[in-house]
This record gives sequence, C-alpha cells and structure tokens, in this order.
Amino acid sequence: MSSDVRGMSVGETRRIHGLEVKKIARDLYEVFIGPQHPGSGHMRIIVRLDGDVIVEADPDLGYVHRTVEKLSEGRQWIKIIPLIERMAILDACNVTLPYVEAVEKLLGIEPPERAKFLRVLLCEINRIASHLYGMGIFGVFLGHSTMYMWPFGDREVFVELAEWLTGARLTHSYPVPGGVRRDMPEGFADAVRKAARYMRKRLEEYRKIFLDNPVIRRRLEGVGVIPKKLAIELGIVGPNLRASGVRYDVRIVEPYEVYDELEFEVPVFEEGDALARAWVRVEEIKQSLNIIEQVVERLEKMPKGEGLMHDRFWAKAPPLFKQVLQKEGRVKLMPIMAMLRVPKGRAFARAEAGRGEIIYYVESDGGITPYRVRVVTPSFKNAIVFKHVLPGHRLADLPAIYGSIDYFPPEADR
Amino acid sequence: MSNSNITQEVVERIKSTLGDLVKGIEEHKGFVTVYVDPENLVKAASLLKSMGFDHVKSVTVVDRIKEKVFHVGYHVSSFSDPELAKVVVELATIISREDDAKVPSLTGVWTSAEFQEREAYEFFGIIFEGHPDLRPILLAPDVAEKRPLRKDFVVKEEGIYRE
Amino acid sequence: MPGSQKAKGRVYVGNVDVAAKRAREILMKKAKVGKLVDWATAFSLWPVHLTTSCCGCEFAATWSPRFDAERYGALPWVGARQTNMILIEGTVTRKMACALRVTWEQMPYPKFAIAMGACALDGGIFYNSYNIVRPWEVIPVDVFIPGCPPRPEAVARAILELQRIIREKDLVGSWIAEGKRPDKPIVKPKEDPCAWWRG
Repeated sequence: MSSDVRGMSVGETRRIHGLEVKKIARDLYEVFIGPQHPGSGHMRIIVRLDGDVIVEADPDLGYVHRTVEKLSEGRQWIKIIPLIERMAILDACNVTLPYVEAVEKLLGIEPPERAKFLRVLLCEINRIASHLYGMGIFGVFLGHSTMYMWPFGDREVFVELAEWLTGARLTHSYPVPGGVRRDMPEGFADAVRKAARYMRKRLEEYRKIFLDNPVIRRRLEGVGVIPKKLAIELGIVGPNLRASGVRYDVRIVEPYEVYDELEFEVPVFEEGDALARAWVRVEEIKQSLNIIEQVVERLEKMPKGEGLMHDRFWAKAPPLFKQVLQKEGRVKLMPIMAMLRVPKGRAFARAEAGRGEIIYYVESDGGITPYRVRVVTPSFKNAIVFKHVLPGHRLADLPAIYGSIDYFPPEADR
Repeated sequence: MSNSNITQEVVERIKSTLGDLVKGIEEHKGFVTVYVDPENLVKAASLLKSMGFDHVKSVTVVDRIKEKVFHVGYHVSSFSDPELAKVVVELATIISREDDAKVPSLTGVWTSAEFQEREAYEFFGIIFEGHPDLRPILLAPDVAEKRPLRKDFVVKEEGIYRE
Repeated sequence: MPGSQKAKGRVYVGNVDVAAKRAREILMKKAKVGKLVDWATAFSLWPVHLTTSCCGCEFAATWSPRFDAERYGALPWVGARQTNMILIEGTVTRKMACALRVTWEQMPYPKFAIAMGACALDGGIFYNSYNIVRPWEVIPVDVFIPGCPPRPEAVARAILELQRIIREKDLVGSWIAEGKRPDKPIVKPKEDPCAWWRG
C-alpha cells in the first residue's frame, strides 16, 4: 500500500504518517471539530463539507458523560442533590429544583411560603448568571473579547450574591426536600436592588457594543434560522424555542413555586436566527431582574428565621438545630434526611432552567434510594439542532450557531 | 381551570381518540400513563400527534428486573397548544426483558425522539426498529456493550446507610 | 548516529545534530541561560483550550476581569501547538481521555499539567462511575487543586505554584538541554486511552 493519498478510491483507508486517512467521496471533506477547539469545548461535531458548505453534521456527544442517572440509583435521596448539581454548576438551583419538587410530590409535602420565595430568588439569580455566562462564551466564539470580559465580570456580581445567600459560589445545594438550607442574610435585599440597577445599565451597554454592533449583526442576522415549525418538530427548549416564536415557558405553563404570584413577561421573538437568540437572553435577564426585586420585597415583609423547612421535618428537630437557625440563619439537616424513605410511586417534574426546560422522572420503590431517576436536560434536547440546522450553512457560520444555542456539554451529557 | 380538571378532560379525549388501542390508563404525580401494545405504538403515537402532542419530552425506559420487563415510555406534551402544554402524557409500552428487546421507533412520528432513542439503545440495549441512525451517542462503543443502566449492571457504592 | 562520531568532547562541525546538542549543553548549563529560560517559561504558561468538565466554569472565571489570571502571563490559547500547559478541569471521561492524550502529545515540550477539582484527584463525587478515568493515569500532572469546584483564587494559586516549581527545580533549562524531563519519568498510559476509538 502506498503511503500517500494519490490514487485513493472512495471508502478506502490508508495509514499515512501513522494516521488513518479515509477517502469519503469526491470533493467531500470530513472535519472533526472538537473537543479541543476555541470556545467552550467538551464536544465534537463531525461535519462533512462540500467546499466550505456543510452538507452533513453529526454531533458526537458524551465527552462529559459522568453517569449521573446510574449513580443516582445507588445513593440516598438527599445525596443525589449535589450529584445532579454537577451537571450544570453555573445554574445549580434551577437544575436541582425539579428533582426536589419530584421528591416532594412523592412525599406529599409542600415547602413553606418563605422557602418557596427563597428558591425563586436563587433560581433567578442563577438564571441571570447563566445567561451572562452564555453571552460571554458567545463572545469568545465570535472573537469578540470584550463581550467575554464584560459579562464574566458582571456575572461575578450575581455569583457573589448567590455565595452570600448559600455559602458556595456555584454548587449551592440550596433547595432540599421540604425547604431550603439558609435564610436570607441581613442587607441582602439592598444588595439585590443595587445589583439590579447596575445590571440594567450594563445591558444597555451590551446592546451598544455587541447586539447593535454592525459586525456582529452581519454575522448573526439570518444565520442559523430555526423556523417555528421546525423548532416544535425538533423539540428544542428554552430561549432557543422562544426566539423562534413559540411562547412556551414552564414558569407560565405550569407555574411552580411562587411564579404565579409574580409579575413578569416572557420575551418571544419571531425571527429564529442567532441574533434573536442573543436578544432573548438579554430580555430574559431584564425580566429576571424584575423578579428578584419583587421577591426580596416580599421576603422583607415576612418574619425572619422561620418557614425555611417543612414542619414534618422541623417538628422532630432537637433544640440545638433551632438554636443554629436562630443564631446563624441556616438549617442543619436532620438525620432523618439521610435515612429518608420516599413512598412508592412515580413523579414527573419540570422547571425552566437557564437553558430551557429540565425534566425529572423519579420512581421510588419505597427504599432509601430511588429506583430510577431519569433526567432530560435542556442542552441535550437542543443538541439535535446541530444535526438538523447546520447543513446548508458555511463552516464559518458554525461558531455563530454553536454559540447562539448556548450549549453546555456537561449538562447535555449528564 | 385547575390542572386536574384539564388532565381529566385530556384523558377523556385520549380515550375517545385511541379507542381500543388503550390497554390501561394510570394517573401518577405530574403525568398520565397510557399503555398500548408494542405493535400499536406507532399508530397510537400518530393519533396523539394529530391531537396536538407535538414533541417528546423524554424517552423514559425503566428496567423492571423482577417482572423481567422493560417499561418504555414516551413523555409527550405540546408547545403549540397552550391547554395541552399543561398536561404531560406518557405513551408507554411493556416489552419483555431480553438481550435484544425490540420496539418500533417513534422517530418517524416525533423527530425530537431521535437522540433519546439512541440513548435508550446504548444504555438498555433496546433496538428501536425503523430508527434512521441507531448507534451509541454518549458512550464509547465498548462501554455501551455493557448496557450500563440495566439493573444487573451494578456499580460499587460506599455508604454508611446501606440496606 | 554513525559510529565514527561517538568520541566524546569533540564537536564535529559537519554533523548538525551533534553540534546543536553541544551548543545546547553549553548554552543551557554552562552559561546559565537555562535560568533565563526557566524565568521566561514561568511567566508564559499558556493553557490549551481543552475544557474537560464542569470546572470549566471556574476556569473561565479565573481569566475573567475579577480574578484576571492573565497578569501571571497565562493566556488560554486555541491551538495545542502554541501552548505549554494543560489545565484539566475536573472529571475526565473515557472518551475525553483520548482527546486529552492526543492534545498532550500535540503540545511541544517543555509542557506542564495542572489537574483541577476533586474529580481529577480521585474521582470526587463520581468516584464509582463506570465512565471516568483518573487524569494522572493519562498524562503526568504537576499540580493538583482540591475543591469541587476550586475557587478561581485556588486556580491562580496553582499557576503560581507551578511557576515556583519550574524556577526552583530549573525544569525547563535542563529539559531542553537533555531532551527529557529531569525530575519525573515519562508517563505513558498503561492502557491506550483511544482503544475504543481505534477499535
């Protein structure tokens, strides 16, 4: 066998310089993009090119598959919360909340009012931080370094707020079955209002430098268009779906926690292109800022230091636990949590995470571990876009489309 | 209208649309399960789609090792119909637990099931007949052969509260 | 190399390999240029863009304006050929191990590795997962950062630690002079991490 590519026929494989080279078809090139590539990495897209036009795209996922579903079957109910959180640590509260809700459905309990508001507060802080992260990565993909630096700098404001509330920058493990772990600290409400004021100003600057930047608009407008019909057919979720003109948001379709008591809008765009997807995120940040301001206002009116944990657990707590709550504003988790037995049954819960709808199917056989935990994450549902939308675009448009989907591989691969 | 009322109404509509295909309806916490026979799966799916259930939320497979069956469920709902969006219906079928269990693929009806059926194939070894591109998606081929989500594949677990 | 050129201590002008090797030895060892190279390398540790897992969030935050790791001379870069450091962010799955090894082999020496997060130490919360490998089985790791995920300050600390190791042990100068790393044996994975790929 000769050691160069001359005279190769279609389908033939040769070893050249120690590498396997396969000829696929005349004038058709197979390019492997990732997992080591500019941007957020973790995944590979195998694209077949005719010239520089993509004719076929095959997303190769699973580079961060850490077997969350299997490991959940062997761990206690409470220990699963930190485990599933690792799927999307930048959006931790939104990712764990539907699991906690599913467990609560099986237990037949509802958390107290104050705990619900605290959950919503952290969810929205997470959503803002997650969208800013997505915009920063989008900036990297487009080679717009300022758009990486600004959102990541501003994201720290919200990460800091979350850390103040929960004690951890990213891995909060904040909602637990029956309630939340900590109370709102002193002075938090004012910090939230200040952050909201600051962020609104910054969003206007983002518009000037990024979204209305003529270079960026030329790269994004009309690129990666997902028409409404196709978006529904592919079952994509979250901001990507709403950028295609579908008004679907779990927060209004099936309001969980206290979303039915709060006033907010769901931004919907009709264009369905990469620019619309970027705009949806900016508009959602504005709505989330409105929500967190409303929530802290409600929280300030409630009595402090109570209503963090459901009575079923709290009634059995020893006096020491109540002292800790009075003194430090945090809930010590009762030993009953480790031994928690959940009644037999099947539950399904959904929530709107930063990247879209996240779904949990939890089945219990009455034991100390679940029988089955099925989780479908928004990024996994959005991954199908690469296969069905990329073909027909030029290779140079791939970063724009990839970035606009706000795809987060650890979340998709679980 | 409260959610349970809508659920009842949708269940009635499903009953009248699917007719004899329905083998049983169970109401669980947050969703309704509609059982059909494996051979009627595609027909039932098309009927559900014509009702307005336009996407698959989750292809949920549960390995019931004691009963020696696989529970294959498609959690479906709607984006376009705001009333149906409030309800999640699981179109489920029970197949016997074999090494190469077969079930008809619903990718032809709902494109959104494509990747999740591939996932179910690699984790449980269920062959979805008629799937356009059935190969592992998340796992390396040698790991996929172990069918890791089956209950007889056991991972070691350290814990103090062990049954 | 031909047998006639085995004699020691003499430079054969006609043989470029030998001449270059001798020149390297003189420059790096005798004239203390090695120290200069160590100093220069310590302040230009460029990590390659290979994000292995969710610690990537904190990796990104480390290079963001608040923590600004670029002031240590580290800049995440796109091409593996232009970088000299790998920062393993968390879990390495079986599929990613192949990519990790391939990227590592593409990088020119002297090169270094920092492993970030509990998963990179010994599996962390995913210790019993069937789909992960320990990164130190795939490539040689210089500095480990504990934490799940480690804070950006910890990542910055690890970069400083690596700078200290390089300068104290004269790693780079002698590495270039001798063609192999002086303090550590070369790690070759026991199993081929790409076996699943090659079939």
